[in-house]
Amino acid sequence: MYVATKGGERAIGAAHAWLDETRRGDTSLPEITAAQLAEQLGLAVDRVMAEGSCHDRGLAALAVKQSKGDLIEAAFLLRAYRTTLPRFGASLPLDTDRMAIQRRISATYKDLPGGQVLGPTFDYTHRLLDFSLAAAGGPRSGPPEAEASAEATPRVTEMLAREGLMQREASIEAEPGDLTREPLSFPADRPLRLQALARGDEGFLLSLGYSTQRGYGGNHPFVGEIRMGEVAVEFTPPELGFAIDLGDITVTECQMVNQFKGSRTEPPQFTRGYGLVFGHGERKAMSMALVDRALRAPELGEASDSPAQQQEFVLSHCDNVEATGFVEHLKLPHYVDFQSELESVRTMRASVEKTS
Amino acid sequence: MTDSPTDTPNAPSDPPARRRWMSILARAQAAEIAERLDALPPPPPHRRLRGPETGLVMVRGRAGGDGAPFNLGEMTVTRCSLRLEDGVVGHGYVAGRDARQAELAALVDALMQNPARRPALEAAVIAPLAEAQAARRDAQARRAAATRVEFFTMTQMR
Repeated sequence: MYVATKGGERAIGAAHAWLDETRRGDTSLPEITAAQLAEQLGLAVDRVMAEGSCHDRGLAALAVKQSKGDLIEAAFLLRAYRTTLPRFGASLPLDTDRMAIQRRISATYKDLPGGQVLGPTFDYTHRLLDFSLAAAGGPRSGPPEAEASAEATPRVTEMLAREGLMQREASIEAEPGDLTREPLSFPADRPLRLQALARGDEGFLLSLGYSTQRGYGGNHPFVGEIRMGEVAVEFTPPELGFAIDLGDITVTECQMVNQFKGSRTEPPQFTRGYGLVFGHGERKAMSMALVDRALRAPELGEASDSPAQQQEFVLSHCDNVEATGFVEHLKLPHYVDFQSELESVRTMRASVEKTS
Repeated sequence: MTDSPTDTPNAPSDPPARRRWMSILARAQAAEIAERLDALPPPPPHRRLRGPETGLVMVRGRAGGDGAPFNLGEMTVTRCSLRLEDGVVGHGYVAGRDARQAELAALVDALMQNPARRPALEAAVIAPLAEAQAARRDAQARRAAATRVEFFTMTQMR
């Protein structure tokens, strides 16, 4: 039970004024702009778009600035803003096969058609602090360029599927459920699970994915393919009746390849775990793919006794905005609740003391 | 209802061509479109029918890349519909929140539907925008190509 309290307005006003001042920091330093954040803290902005479940770099950058870099707070701001906008409809499903690839790697095939493309990656850096970045940077030389090949970049999963060694995805064209319109109920089907995971907290999914690797519901994953780059978003305006491109967005996709022992109806083969996120979010896409595959345990006839395999546990707790709301509500006044607890502890104490 | 944005007195020109120019306009900055339009005689006056207004489109993906559709997350989109004085209706749908870009896209869409105006607009606006976009894509592809790994088979050295 919550009690209405009065008299806090002046204190709240002063607290927010102080928050504004701490956000700005030392005024002898130039103020950072949302555009600078979008350009120079791009991965933070990408994460806020993914977990805020709203692709708009400018808004996400503004949210990062307003939240003083608290990315969960920023995702919350973005989610709150999106509720003020009408929805025009849904896009056609992204065709990641036609991605303009910036990065594409496979851990299962060295010489895959289209090649291994590293792109702008932290991999192979030495993780030594670069003090040259602490100084105001002069112009750095741009990255080298090379002749782009016209070679196709087929999906690794498709190459295996053609051999009959990879389970095909169900070819269902049903309208997918939308957890922003209907609250999740269990069991949730795979499209709903993927939506929840795509907006889920990176840290939570990373830990759950890691738990599957350490033996809690493991299924020996390989990175069939990770690709990152721009894809066109196609949309059919009702007044036109044909699809047009709304623009391009950057996404990261991970296809995890996992062995499957087979069942009475299906021969031994590989199955996939799938990750797809807004922006450049490789750790998140990989974690999502691990957890997606773990959550498929029941449909594949596997035991599902580990946390990552239990959809009610995973899906109810992966949303950091929801989790924040419930954890942080504990700091709101619970005076009356606590009064009754206090009474009850005093009564118990009194009866214990009487009998002893 | 003459003001409905779906009301198109001139039958829409062939969808593939219109799809192409609308998609090019969606990828262009407002300033890029405006600058190129300025090179042409001023367009006839137009009246807004709807918007410009910003909303959301739910972006979908597919399970496993090629399976059942799922809702990935939303994106901001701005749209605008307008009518030229000759009655032709143009639509603009662009990613993001730039109202000016959506209105300019709708204006060019309306103008492009008139076969008499189309060649000049194609030459002055659409083709140069398409070229700039292709150049941007090409620059990305060339950077990516420079990070492609060339494996060498190790031969025994004796």
